Amino acid sequence: MSPLLQVCDLTTHLFTVEGVVKAVEGLSFDLDADETLALVGESGCGKSMTALSLMGLVPDPPGRIVGGQVLLGDRDLLQLSEHEMQKIRGNEIAMVFQEPMTSLNPVFTVGDQIVESVLTHRQVSRRQARERAVELLDLVRIPDPRGRFDDYPHRLSGGMRQRVMIAMALACDPDVLIADEPTTALDVTIQAQVLDLLGELQGEFGMGVILITHDLGVVAGIADRVVVMYAGRKVEEAPVDDIFASPLHPYTQGLLGSMPRPGLEERLREIPGVIPSLIDMTPGCSFAPRCAKAMARCREEQPDHATIGDARVVACFAAEEEVAGRGLAVDT
Amino acid sequence: MALLSIRDLMAHFETPRGTVYAVDGVNLDIGSGETVGLVGESGCGKSTLGKAILRLIEPNFGSIVLDSVDITHLKRRQLARHRHKVQMIFQDPYASLNPRATVGRIIEEPLMVNGWGSDRERKERVAWLLEKVGLPTDSLKRHPHEYSGGQRQRIGIARAIALNPKIVICDEAVSALDVSIRAQIINLLTDLRDELGLSYLFISHDLSVVEHIADRVCVMYLGKIVEIAERERLWAMPLHPYTQILMAAVPVLDPKIARERKKIIPRDELPSPLNPPGGCRFHTRCPYAQPKCRDEEPPLRPLQGRQSVACHLVTEQADGSIAYPTMAAEAAPKNDVRGAPA
Amino acid sequence: MANPVTEFWRRYRRNGAAVVGLAILCVVVAMALSAPVFFPTNPLRLVGPAELWPLTDARFPLGTDSLGRDIAAQLAHGAGTTLIIGLVASLVATTIGVGIGAAAGYYGGLVDDVLMRFTEIFQTIPNLIFLLALVAVLGPKIEHVVIGIGLISWTSVARLVRAEFMTLREREFVLASRAMGMSDLRIIVTQILPNAIPPVIVLASLIVAGAVLFESALAFLGLSDPNIASWGGLIGEGRLLIRTSWYVCALPGLAILLTVLALNLIGDGLNDVLNPMLKNR
Repeated sequence: MSPLLQVCDLTTHLFTVEGVVKAVEGLSFDLDADETLALVGESGCGKSMTALSLMGLVPDPPGRIVGGQVLLGDRDLLQLSEHEMQKIRGNEIAMVFQEPMTSLNPVFTVGDQIVESVLTHRQVSRRQARERAVELLDLVRIPDPRGRFDDYPHRLSGGMRQRVMIAMALACDPDVLIADEPTTALDVTIQAQVLDLLGELQGEFGMGVILITHDLGVVAGIADRVVVMYAGRKVEEAPVDDIFASPLHPYTQGLLGSMPRPGLEERLREIPGVIPSLIDMTPGCSFAPRCAKAMARCREEQPDHATIGDARVVACFAAEEEVAGRGLAVDT
Repeated sequence: MALLSIRDLMAHFETPRGTVYAVDGVNLDIGSGETVGLVGESGCGKSTLGKAILRLIEPNFGSIVLDSVDITHLKRRQLARHRHKVQMIFQDPYASLNPRATVGRIIEEPLMVNGWGSDRERKERVAWLLEKVGLPTDSLKRHPHEYSGGQRQRIGIARAIALNPKIVICDEAVSALDVSIRAQIINLLTDLRDELGLSYLFISHDLSVVEHIADRVCVMYLGKIVEIAERERLWAMPLHPYTQILMAAVPVLDPKIARERKKIIPRDELPSPLNPPGGCRFHTRCPYAQPKCRDEEPPLRPLQGRQSVACHLVTEQADGSIAYPTMAAEAAPKNDVRGAPA
Repeated sequence: MANPVTEFWRRYRRNGAAVVGLAILCVVVAMALSAPVFFPTNPLRLVGPAELWPLTDARFPLGTDSLGRDIAAQLAHGAGTTLIIGLVASLVATTIGVGIGAAAGYYGGLVDDVLMRFTEIFQTIPNLIFLLALVAVLGPKIEHVVIGIGLISWTSVARLVRAEFMTLREREFVLASRAMGMSDLRIIVTQILPNAIPPVIVLASLIVAGAVLFESALAFLGLSDPNIASWGGLIGEGRLLIRTSWYVCALPGLAILLTVLALNLIGDGLNDVLNPMLKNR
């Protein structure tokens, strides 16, 4: 069975006065139906720009998608016109944003905003749309959905607003849901509630979910597969258990090492240096300047994505050598 | 005698929609060289408490005794003589540095304001501070916008320790930083603590960070401390239902544990601090709430050892053991999370 | 980081209209500076026949007014008057406005209430009437004109500075300054003000343009200093002859139009450079 969504070699650049920012460079991944894929990385790694690229919402200027394909079924979304994309957005691919405070329009009631997103894509009467909206509010576990329907966003807490955002995203039963840092602005107990909800809805709807986050803890709880990004590129991809049990890329290892864990007294293992600028990229691996395992080759040559076993991908010369040393098949 | 001693501290704000009881009767001691973690969710008053200690927010009631001096009601001029003992590191590495000042100036400013040393001595001190926080010496003439978030936070740290404070209040000091940078700053803070003998009040919403750095931890909920205990003890046996829920909500770094652990998802949302519920403030979300919890506010009671808790349902048994409400043994993750593989 | 001056110019240059505005202003400044060289005598002296059309006599390239005074000389000398009135009035307005706005924005509460009510009183008085009344009472001297214009122009500065201060005072670097024991005055002057100044500069350049217009209006009504050559004064002189010798009004009118336009374009350009929202676009 072919995957639900196939991203091949996606490249998005921002053309700024200071120079060309290579926000996303040759990114490829597949998303199956009924799967949660986490895109993980720190600020400036290109994860949010990836989401905007998939949605066809890259701000232009300064941004432009300069190459690659995004295949949803047999259509390449990058070849569609803006009008055709509008039919896809919210209908087949929906998105939930980070800021529940600013992503809802303050002058309309939450119910009306959900009704609006139903009516955009469905030929139904206003009354049917209203019924659907109440259903959706109930679905995202908002207590007393009929009562909340007429509330304005400012009357709701951050967690409730994020539920409304999720209800709007689910209005048209999308195949793919992109959640960009959906719980970053929320308190930890509310985060637990929202993540729990996302997990359940994913099962109920059988959607493919792309979860974009900087928080590895969130990933462990909800993702099936993980793509780790650094400086616009995918550096590692693996099933979630493998990423945490045996990370291959030195960056993934560093990220895990720098997380404080209960019961461990010692100093945190820090990754030295700073996150690189995406304008003056060095010729080799962009992680090389911060990498303890960097070799001369790493500073000259960009490592390709090597497939390891049947489900893992890593872009690192040192990791390839290590894996080959362990007698595993490496396919570059 | 504790270095910092807070008694019955209250800080209320009048807003158009009513009074916000941000800090509502807090008692807290911080010893010399001790790191106290202060955790809680947004609106619990942890940041207000930090600012009230520095009298950046004037408390309405209670006392703050710093190094045996009651600074609660000191006039500005007198207060200035004690300011240097307690300093603050802020959350936002972008908003906390004056964008129009040079890095050298930002770090020297507290020395100048407090009339510290001669011009040359100050310059030497700034150079020493730069080195201490791991910034290159050519930083003096640069501006904050030339630096990344982590390096900006280093500038903020240098400014905070410039006057040789005894206590530094870290208000979400690492929350805005990326994971790999956050580890650098946490390590820097622990190094400085050990080298300079600092005490920290480490305010954070992130339990894993607090667990890493603090000796003792306070849990705040809607303006009140609900539990306070030594770090190991709190993680081994969280007594207050809110502490348990908070800990259970922290994502764990192991997918297997994350899938298996039983979720205690709290009911409801955080109530507004404008209208805190009566009785125990947590009763609206507490899975174990009894009628008593609605009517009567539980005091913060010390139990055996150095653990205090404000919950009616926690009781000391005749045999010395403690009975407390809990879902089940497997509800809270135990300390068996292994480190990342090499 | 490049030298701030070159960096500033690099950004400013991107706005073509602003560069044109700056060029026009440079011409006006050059006119003002060279006036004593090319027209060393008092421009208000009677030098030739009255109502001489431009380009008819080589001695008076721009003609003469109803009393036979050289229009070119008056324009050149008037340029200096106009600029100085504009700049000084703008400086007066900015000083008052920054002082009141800073105090209101930083302290808030009662101080803010009192100062803002005071500002509103000034805002509700019709500007030109207030100015006319003031100059009529104090007498038509250039100092009074300047102070008068300053007094009617500061309210917008005060409101802007107050708004800037209200947002900036909540920023953590201000808290940090308080935490280290800095005095209020020092926080206002060394910490907040440098951050609030860029939009004020933009507004100040627009106030200069407004001041030029106010002065012209006063002079037109014959209430500006009659002993000093100014563009508005010249228009005032010429208004009776507008059917026959319209150039007497048109030439200084054109000068005022171009100068005000130039100042507005410069204001726009400064806004582009100094407004951080547009940076890096």
